[in-house]
Amino acid sequence: MTDLLRIEDATKRFGDFVAINGVSLALPAGRLTAIIGPNGAGKTTLINLATGAFVPDRGEMYFKGDEITHLPVHQRVRKGLSRSFQVMNIFAHLSVLQNILVPVLAMRGRAGFPFHEMTRETEAVTEARRILREIRLPDAENLPAGTLSHGDQRLLELGIAIAPAPELCFLDEPSSGLTPVERTMVMELIRRLSTERRTTFVIVEHDMDVVFALADWIVVMNRGQVLIEGPPAEIRENHAVREVYLGEEELLA
Amino acid sequence: MSPAPDRLSPQITTLIVLLVVALFLLPWVAGRYPVYLAMQILILAVFSLGFNLLLGYTGLLSFGQAGFFAVGAYACAKILLAVPNLILGIAGGVACAGVAALLLGILSVRHTRIYFAMLTLAFGMMIYSIAWKWRDFTGGDDGLVGIPRAPLEIPGIVSVSVAAMDRYYYVVLVLSLLAILAMYRLIRSPLGLTLQAIRESDTRAEFAGVPVRKYRLIAFTVAGLYAGLAGALLPPLENTVTPPIAHWSTSAEPVLATLLGGVHSFAGPIVGAFLFFVIKDVIVRFTEYWLIWFGIIVVALVIGFPGGVMSIFARRHRRVVQHPDDADHMHKVQ
Repeated sequence: MTDLLRIEDATKRFGDFVAINGVSLALPAGRLTAIIGPNGAGKTTLINLATGAFVPDRGEMYFKGDEITHLPVHQRVRKGLSRSFQVMNIFAHLSVLQNILVPVLAMRGRAGFPFHEMTRETEAVTEARRILREIRLPDAENLPAGTLSHGDQRLLELGIAIAPAPELCFLDEPSSGLTPVERTMVMELIRRLSTERRTTFVIVEHDMDVVFALADWIVVMNRGQVLIEGPPAEIRENHAVREVYLGEEELLA
Repeated sequence: MSPAPDRLSPQITTLIVLLVVALFLLPWVAGRYPVYLAMQILILAVFSLGFNLLLGYTGLLSFGQAGFFAVGAYACAKILLAVPNLILGIAGGVACAGVAALLLGILSVRHTRIYFAMLTLAFGMMIYSIAWKWRDFTGGDDGLVGIPRAPLEIPGIVSVSVAAMDRYYYVVLVLSLLAILAMYRLIRSPLGLTLQAIRESDTRAEFAGVPVRKYRLIAFTVAGLYAGLAGALLPPLENTVTPPIAHWSTSAEPVLATLLGGVHSFAGPIVGAFLFFVIKDVIVRFTEYWLIWFGIIVVALVIGFPGGVMSIFARRHRRVVQHPDDADHMHKVQ
């Protein structure tokens, strides 16, 4: 497997607090990786570094062999690197379809066309509708996104993340706040998208059921460092991991 | 606002057609003063429409739009004083304001929220002090006087005199209508959608592949072009330009007009510009301290209709995007 994203010795400080401390990580294409770890382990900061929200204080990052350490966010998205957010981040007053159209138009280089109506963007609209079918929200296309249920907003969040047709997509706690039924649906969706779209997903997740059901590979983080990484079976048996999750052992049992 | 566009309803279309017809007939049926007032309203409408592209659609509150209004006005005046050709004057005013907005925008759009508002206020006042201090060029506090209402001329081909107020009115009317139409198309285009996405969530837009700062700069420049057009229409009307048009209180006019009409509605700034002058015109008849009363009325209206006057129609016509703030209020009223 070739590495889609390679992080080399990345460090990120916030004042005296070292959020990420010398992390090196390779994310090969086609392997669904889950990043786990207690709160404050640096999982979301790692996503922020990888996707360009933060620039690391030290270290480099390579996407498909090209250095991207200082590349702006939107250019990383254009290269095929996208993400969803832990806290809901959708365009609440735009319609569901428009939420998907924004990334679709941006990827087609048509986001800045000033003098014709959206209806003339037939290809983009068709593609956005296809994505809405994929995330099972086709009937909601004209509703303002902010009026959707929490679960549907999560699906939309996922839809915006996959709309740029990324090769690598980070999902920050995709199942948070979902009912068991919705959670199962999101998991199936992620699994299906990774085979159908050949998108490599990296999920940050607290729910161990989701992690062990989905992941081909698990990265355990603690205090800004990678504690251990390996296939699920190996992680499940690892003593150090259990210690980090002391009190949460039943989750791993 | 949906991409399968909800066409204007027949009633609204009829209303707009009647309004436009009435505007074209105005000089025949009304005296000099209503025609003059209509020009003031149209100019403020264009000015406010550009301002609301920033506030209502991109989520940026600029307090410095008078700077670009003044650049448009002074540039137009200087050109008309040198070359009496109205096309050249207005086009030059718009272009200069656009360039000024582009340059100051590069510095301003690096920031958002209150920092952006403060920066634009500072740049606006900087332009004001240039208008005030650079006597040789701007005439200082005397301003520029004797600006001709020059003919619309393409040398050697055509020359139409618009020296009469009624004729100049049609210049203002046609250019304003074109500017309104262009903005209407822009709002409904992919660019309009992208700007609204930035207003909703700039981080989300950036992670959707949108170069947010570039698009904020585009919006700022377009708003500057609109301010410049509004400004450029003024000197041929008044025959004079003075520094107060660059003052921050001029920047407040599109803010007030937009708040009056409604931030979240396309027509809001236009309706607001109309209300601005009508309210002002009525109050001025009764008191010299019109601004105080005007302020009280604006505050009352903003408290009464947080979504602007256009929000009254929100439930019946879907032209207005309902916002939670407005919706909450609507429930209370009901």
